[in-house]
Amino acid sequence: MRRDERSLAAVPGWLWLLLAFALAAQIGWLSARPPHRPAGLDLPPPPGPGMLRLASFGEPAAAARVAMLYVQSFDLRAGNDLPYRKLDYGRLIGWLRAILDTDPRSTYPLFAAARIYANNPDPRKARAMLEFIYREFLEAPNQRWRWLADAALIAKYRLGDLPLALRYANAIDRLTTRRDVPLWAKQMRIFILEDMNEVEAAKVIVGGLLASGRIKDPAELRFLKRQLQRLSSRGARSRPRLPSP
Amino acid sequence: MPAASIARSVVLEARRSGLPWLVAASVAAGVGLAAFLSQVAVTGSLALQTAIVAALLRACAVFLVALQVITSTQREHDDKGLELMLSLPLSRPAYYLGRLAGFAACGAAVSAVVALPLLLWSPPEAVLMWALSLCAETVLVAAAAMFFSVALVQLLPAAAATAGLYLLARSIGAIQAIAGGPLAEPSLPQHVARWGVDAVALLLPRLDAVTRTDWLIYGAPAPGQFAAAIAGLVVYALLLVAAGLFDFYRRNL
Repeated sequence: MRRDERSLAAVPGWLWLLLAFALAAQIGWLSARPPHRPAGLDLPPPPGPGMLRLASFGEPAAAARVAMLYVQSFDLRAGNDLPYRKLDYGRLIGWLRAILDTDPRSTYPLFAAARIYANNPDPRKARAMLEFIYREFLEAPNQRWRWLADAALIAKYRLGDLPLALRYANAIDRLTTRRDVPLWAKQMRIFILEDMNEVEAAKVIVGGLLASGRIKDPAELRFLKRQLQRLSSRGARSRPRLPSP
Repeated sequence: MPAASIARSVVLEARRSGLPWLVAASVAAGVGLAAFLSQVAVTGSLALQTAIVAALLRACAVFLVALQVITSTQREHDDKGLELMLSLPLSRPAYYLGRLAGFAACGAAVSAVVALPLLLWSPPEAVLMWALSLCAETVLVAAAAMFFSVALVQLLPAAAATAGLYLLARSIGAIQAIAGGPLAEPSLPQHVARWGVDAVALLLPRLDAVTRTDWLIYGAPAPGQFAAAIAGLVVYALLLVAAGLFDFYRRNL
């Protein structure tokens, strides 16, 4: 692409001035104006089923990630770390679902749902996001259990809703079948039951785990036995004493 | 007025090429897509039709105008038409601006035609603003395509550079928002990346703020907002013209 060029001296003075003025005008104009950023409530209605896939032109993995960046641009704005509170969660969940439909193996939508959007201080919006995670978990429990584990923790610690946390923890234990799902995720319901003062139920679960023979790791076995002893002693302490004759 | 004669010849060339047929085919494809969408949409079918057809027609208009400019400039170069023109008593700015005016006229005509089917679904004032905005956008794309095709000479680099500039200008707002988001780690590389993105943004037009489909769905923008968006395009088009003339003056013909 090399070509024969004249020296810079061949360019007339007025053109130098015009170029400098145009460049200064462009930079000045944009510097004086705040960049256009979509408002928090501007999230448009989500695309219908299959529309994102249609728009991906055979690149659903790329399209799903670009769509996530698009959704992100509505709340991750410079200098404002809480705009996601303002988003319409019905639309937001619709977008996340459409993106997951486009690329079901992508972890990005559920990561954003569990780590960002479910932390909304508005409990109604947070619960809606947790339910979205739960429903999506049911589609692929072995791939999506970690996000439901996050949801259970949010339900327990942020919302203080132990029955909801137990529901999610039970689902993880019941529906995951892969051997590499860690024990802490499958045992989560034990701790939740303990917090709910359902000590007997927790004891039954720990005892069942020990008896099932599924636990092979010696360290895990030791840990579970200690936990069973602790639960037993706690159960004995909390059991009402019979009146002495 | 030699520049006006050159502009007229550019428009004539476009009229005799396949451009009118391709614009007509784009409009037909848009209307056909709308008819299809109206059958499959469960709710909000009007908004769905408007949004998708407007986005499609905008992309078609920009693509066709850019390719028309690049191929026409390439043909002029290959046929030695440029040398012939400059052997006549014709200044370089008159030649360059004349051709650009012709391409701008083509862009305006294409914008007007592709905006027409949107009247089926959107109010006239919103369509008018959308069409004016698309007209400014296609003029800017014509200026960019002409700058790159004159500077880079070959077709492929010119098309790639024009497409790159256009796509980057359409997405720079989202890139800035993500680069400045609270999830990014506050480290030196992150600050450098953010300054870099902001610096690049200063050298790009804000194409994400113009020809917006939401004008057609949710109503026309406020006049001040519309005027500011168009003014930004005018300023950038001026920069492209100045840069193009600067480069054109340096060519040894």
